[in-house]
Amino acid sequence: MNIPADLKYTSSHEWVRTEADGTVSIGITDHAQAALGDLVYLELPAVGRKLAAAEACAVVESVKAASDVYAPVAGEVVAVNVAATEAPEQVNKDPYTTWFFRMKPADPAGVARLLDARAYEATIGDT
Amino acid sequence: MQKETPLNAIHRAAGARMVDFGGWDMPVNYGSQIDEHRAVRTDAGMFDVSHMRVVDLEGVGARDFLRYALANNVDKLKDAGKALYSCLLKPDGTVIDDLIVYFLREDFFRLVVNAGTAEKDIAWFRQLAAERAPKLMLTPRTDLAIIAVQGPNARSKVWRALPGSERVSAALKPFTAAGMSTQWGDAFIARTGYTGEDGFEIVISATRAADLWQALVAEGVRPAGLGARDTLRLEAGMNLYGQDMDETVSPLESGLAWTVDLASPRDFVGKAALVARSPLRQLAGLLLIDKGGVLRAHQVVHTGHGDGEITSGTFSPTLNQSIALARLPAGVAPGDAVKVVVRERELAARVVKPPFARNGKVLAGFAP
Repeated sequence: MNIPADLKYTSSHEWVRTEADGTVSIGITDHAQAALGDLVYLELPAVGRKLAAAEACAVVESVKAASDVYAPVAGEVVAVNVAATEAPEQVNKDPYTTWFFRMKPADPAGVARLLDARAYEATIGDT
Repeated sequence: MQKETPLNAIHRAAGARMVDFGGWDMPVNYGSQIDEHRAVRTDAGMFDVSHMRVVDLEGVGARDFLRYALANNVDKLKDAGKALYSCLLKPDGTVIDDLIVYFLREDFFRLVVNAGTAEKDIAWFRQLAAERAPKLMLTPRTDLAIIAVQGPNARSKVWRALPGSERVSAALKPFTAAGMSTQWGDAFIARTGYTGEDGFEIVISATRAADLWQALVAEGVRPAGLGARDTLRLEAGMNLYGQDMDETVSPLESGLAWTVDLASPRDFVGKAALVARSPLRQLAGLLLIDKGGVLRAHQVVHTGHGDGEITSGTFSPTLNQSIALARLPAGVAPGDAVKVVVRERELAARVVKPPFARNGKVLAGFAP
């Protein structure tokens, strides 16, 4: 199972990458895309939306089930990956480059408190 | 305790994602279920359906018994090997199961029933036979495995994988079967399937199923799991027992009037109940027009004749849009615009007559 060491994670299977400008990019992990199966639909939050930590803010739908995606930290949505909504299968192919949305975190310390790769791996009790 | 088919170890070794399906440990996919679906529509894929149950019915009076027990008429089966799709009904006209029956000899009929309903079906048959045909022998064949090979290239790949099978099965018409001896024991080859593509369902001894599976893999047949099986059958407009019909509905409300022979004077279990009332509901196909998600079972449908409910929904890889079967009020017609409630939003959908796709072709596609 692929869990890049340079990313942060949530126990709800989102990955978080801090960008040079201090915003964070968010997507779903390899474990999540494998569990969901072929994705066919993506719904992303509106730019400008303010989110609380752990708030459900996006939906991924595979052939077999729909699943919520949660904000890893509190903050404001500054960008969404519209291209991903047009090609949801890219999430299965490339889960760590196919970002869903970017946020400006309300508190950078919140990002530091997220799970590192090792801690995330422990939560999924790797198959 | 979970049940396993004879091919369980092979599925796991192939990296299948396994799921509990009615108490059976089954492969849902081996990677991408959409790729597996496309392999069946364009080439050849195969399914381990050994969780389904072959039940052999033998003895004098077998035909008479089935004439009474089944909603479809086994008198349509005149040539050895011919098969029939039928519902098994309760006296109140509701559906116990759907099944395929093969006529082999006047004193030998073979049934294939669903996995989750096998015990219930067998108990029901035994009860009926005790009253009407006590000398009949009913044998659940737990010693057999079933591999369904489906797709435009399925039959030719089976012939290469199973020496001698072409001579026996090349002339088989759809819905006909033949038996043969092979290097792996007896095989029963039926030109039937649950995908809307051509192909064979092969019944073989459980102890030799792995040999046949590996030989088919070697000929380029792609293993496919329950995920692809569901998207294929729904595209083909085929019902799934337990979702599209069950013991609360009649076949006439489930798109299965074509499988019920009400025309002949033959009496059968459930006939009186079906004849007594016109159905108030029908099973119809839906195509999702608006973007916003995937049609799924239990979603509410708003129509011009009142509300209905989706019984089976999915994303169709062949149509590249979401499709469903839904139980709707009787007045709704193909072409009607309806709304489906998906995640609290109302999405536009159109009523269509299934099937949506068969033999690699789209039959009911999206038109703006």
